[in-house]
Amino acid sequence: MTQGPRLLLVAVGVVALGLVPTLAPPFYANLLIPFFAYAIALLGFNLLFGYGGLLSFGHAMYLGLGAYAAAIVAGVLGIRHFELVLLAAAFGAVAVALPIGFLCVRYSGIFFGMLTLAFGMLAHSFLFKFYHLTGGDSGMRVPRMRILGLEFDALNKIELLAGPFYYYCLALMLLAGFALWRIVHSPFGLHLRSLRDNPQKAEYLGVHVPQLRLLAYVISAVYGAIGGAILGFRIGLADPELVHWTHSGHLVFMTVLGGFSNFLGPVVGALTLTLLQDQLQSITQYWRFVLGAMLAAIVIFFPRGLAGIAADAGRRLVRRQQPQVAA
Amino acid sequence: MSAFANVVFGGIFHAAVLFLVAAGLQLVFGVQKIVNLACGSFYALGAYFGITLVNAALKAGLPPVLLLPILIVAGLLMAVVGPPIERLLRTVYGRDESFQLLLTFALVLMFQDVLRFIWGANPRSLGNEVLTYGKLSSGDFTVPVYNLLVIAAAIAAACLIGLFLRRTSYGRLLRATAENRAMAEALGVNVRAVYAVVFSLGTLLGTLGGALVVPTSAASLDMAIEFVIEAFAVVVIGGLGSMAGALIGALLVGLIRAVSLVVYPEFEILAIYLIVIGTLLIRPSGLFGKAAS
Repeated sequence: MTQGPRLLLVAVGVVALGLVPTLAPPFYANLLIPFFAYAIALLGFNLLFGYGGLLSFGHAMYLGLGAYAAAIVAGVLGIRHFELVLLAAAFGAVAVALPIGFLCVRYSGIFFGMLTLAFGMLAHSFLFKFYHLTGGDSGMRVPRMRILGLEFDALNKIELLAGPFYYYCLALMLLAGFALWRIVHSPFGLHLRSLRDNPQKAEYLGVHVPQLRLLAYVISAVYGAIGGAILGFRIGLADPELVHWTHSGHLVFMTVLGGFSNFLGPVVGALTLTLLQDQLQSITQYWRFVLGAMLAAIVIFFPRGLAGIAADAGRRLVRRQQPQVAA
Repeated sequence: MSAFANVVFGGIFHAAVLFLVAAGLQLVFGVQKIVNLACGSFYALGAYFGITLVNAALKAGLPPVLLLPILIVAGLLMAVVGPPIERLLRTVYGRDESFQLLLTFALVLMFQDVLRFIWGANPRSLGNEVLTYGKLSSGDFTVPVYNLLVIAAAIAAACLIGLFLRRTSYGRLLRATAENRAMAEALGVNVRAVYAVVFSLGTLLGTLGGALVVPTSAASLDMAIEFVIEAFAVVVIGGLGSMAGALIGALLVGLIRAVSLVVYPEFEILAIYLIVIGTLLIRPSGLFGKAAS
């Protein structure tokens, strides 16, 4: 696809998202905050999965890390500034992802998946069992924080989330998306793709496979932690379920639903699943079944996800129009 | 001393059930190269259906002595879900392993709601049927005879699987397919049929494990996603695709869990994952596996 239509698409999307708090009831703005969180986390996750070809089945660990960082920095230490929480989450993610990534990136395929799954569950059992440190299954409270140094005293939590915090997250997502766009289109991004497609050849051509994979892993961890900090702020709680392997599975689900071979695929997937899950939950208590069936259908029939379907449709439209232009 | 024996027997009982499910996981991975996350769901299915069948049988006036046979029948019956699921998985055989993993994850999600739909959200359990066969005790040491029977059943299953794989011609076909699918196919092995058999057998082991565990612990919706992780730990420690590995891995995980529950409860699950990670890092092929990719 050429840059023109894609940029237009992004612009329309951003304007539409920007209008939500003014046009729709606060419920919807509130509902979209997890979308921003997941969109940021999945953009990073897809650097590893879509561009690096490494499927992590334990990435929810970093969302948990972000949420627990918020609980510790804002709750325990009482530093109620969201920017500092984000900073702590990012540093925490680097500190955790460097050693774990160092151990994991030596493997690819199913072994990478299993190792990350094991680390994820290690983190889960730590959070779950060490009650006196982590609050166990009741988790840790994440208090209300200042954003950009402003208290917004006049607003209650819902108004804060549906107003200033909403725009804050939108801006954060744009920033994270732009940064990742630059990363993907840098020589590093090219190298990463080359070693996804043919690691032997890439290595032969002088690409440092483990270092690059480690860098991708650490970046994706930082994105995950930022997403997790947003989730923590929104829910007001950091609990071990954030780290459970089924949550990691949902991250992969969203990415594949949107389309991992497309830069914006994960964002599409996060938006679709957030809205869909909300709708389904209000209709039936058996929403997991519907989601599972949908995942199965995507995997079997549309492995390139919604973005892939859209891209194909767009191409068909262009092809149909071309003869008319020529005539 | 007897307290120690209690702990060890608890661990071995857990290991016996774990072995059945992990053996199913191994079989499917060994031959089909698919990590089946849904094996925990088969386990849960077997457990729920076991309760239903036992209650129905007792109501119909069958003597409680038939508890074990009834549960085995329940496990066997529920294996019928295997073939249709294998048919579904057939659509992704040639595809990337992450897609295969995701499809089994989709099954996990669907199964959770199927179980919720049929049996409701609250945990279910049997009454005191576990003591039907009495219990052995000496001093502080007590173990229900039922637990010993399950351990025996798991050992029997291990022997049967071993005999089937080593001594029968169909077992040889399975091993040949596991070793080199293309070559087996070229030599005239009906790989499709082999896959269907293997997956059904894997399902059977899962449902059987679930049915057998149910007199001793409740069936709940979470048991699927909890147990698959433990089975996964077993196969990683033992070595992916190896039956002997599943046996040793199950014993290790069962005993470690039992011992750490007594010694240092916080460490229970943590210890298992530490061993899993250690195994993957030092010897990714596991104790008995072949060289890792």
